[in-house]
Amino acid sequence: MAQSEQEILAGVAELVNEETGLPVESVEMDKSFTDDLDIDSLSMTSIVVQAEDKFSVTIPDEDTKNLKTVRDVVTYIQQAQG
Amino acid sequence: MSSTSSLVSSTGPGHARILSVGAFRPQRVVTNEEICTFIESTDEWIRQRTGIEERRWADAETTVVDMAQAAATEAIEKAGLTPTEIDAVIVATVSHPYQTPAAAAILTHRLGATPAAAWDVSAGCAGFCHALAQASDLVRGGTARHVLVVGAEKLTDFTDLTDRSTAFLFADGAGAVVVGPSDTPGIGPTVWGSDGGQWETIKNKRSWIEVRAAEAAGEEMVWPALEQEGRQVFRWAVWQMAPVAQKAIDAAGISVDDLSAFIPHQANMRIIDAMVKQLGLPATVPVARDIAQMGNTSAASVPLALHRMLADGQAPSGGLALLIGYGAGLSYASQVVVLP
Repeated sequence: MAQSEQEILAGVAELVNEETGLPVESVEMDKSFTDDLDIDSLSMTSIVVQAEDKFSVTIPDEDTKNLKTVRDVVTYIQQAQG
Repeated sequence: MSSTSSLVSSTGPGHARILSVGAFRPQRVVTNEEICTFIESTDEWIRQRTGIEERRWADAETTVVDMAQAAATEAIEKAGLTPTEIDAVIVATVSHPYQTPAAAAILTHRLGATPAAAWDVSAGCAGFCHALAQASDLVRGGTARHVLVVGAEKLTDFTDLTDRSTAFLFADGAGAVVVGPSDTPGIGPTVWGSDGGQWETIKNKRSWIEVRAAEAAGEEMVWPALEQEGRQVFRWAVWQMAPVAQKAIDAAGISVDDLSAFIPHQANMRIIDAMVKQLGLPATVPVARDIAQMGNTSAASVPLALHRMLADGQAPSGGLALLIGYGAGLSYASQVVVLP
């Protein structure tokens, strides 16, 4: 079942918090994972793999490389669910 | 009378165990600061991404066989054996620079273990756990009484020091065990496999044929150094390999609470941490973190880490240790063993 943008954002924020300890409020739509949140490629992979489970979607490595901002991830999940 | 009735098959003692461990760590310590003279990076970046604080590099003259010999000599001595009592020698390596003959044959001769059977195993960073599985079954089946199993690598010969994704990672060293007969189970069932569809994620940059063709065409020589797709390997290593390790625990008929040590391939501290989390390993189980001092030594990493844990008293003799190797192939092997 497709979830709303806000639901997906909240879920992604939880995963980021579990992986990095960053507060969930800091995970905003326009933040860049590398530049704003200081998340490296391995942490990003952890977040993506757990997002696959959490949102029942598949996010291949070649697509992960293009997910630069929080919005990119939320949009990707939303489209994959749709 | 049927033609097969006269055939004799070997029978063994039923159980095998690791009798002893030996290790060789090259003298030269290479710090992250020194690595940063080859690549643009920082000590902090390398520590954060890999957990590596320093690694050991062998000098130019030291070979894979030299390192294997040092580790093997210690293991044979600690087993209370003489080299002539070794029936088979298996060397797991990806960096012995002769495609043939096997490093194991040269090692066997050097040790004075001739005419022991000798062969190499090429299963990347999973090589040692593959060789250990072979050794266990050779002993249990009665094909050999004492098997020397060595993981030995001089990865620096196959490292591109300008490659920002691997220059800080790979290192040199050797570890060895002697496997022999046992009255009680000492090496649990091996859970193993491969996924050749992902072979390009960890490999030499070129085949030797391509190196020769480039040279003939007058192009710049590209050495077949190791390269890897870090992100893809990380995903595979953590989320595919933790279930494999769990299967090895289940196959051994134990639970994670029974473990006295977890000794995974020392690929990257981040992979080790994520694997511990995925396995739900209790905080009381000591985890091998030899990578901080040794870097990634491929097939040598599991026996080196095993050696350190025993030497430092982090893991008790007689306790159960979960081993897992995973890497190029992509290949993997895992088993629970009784610590010597």
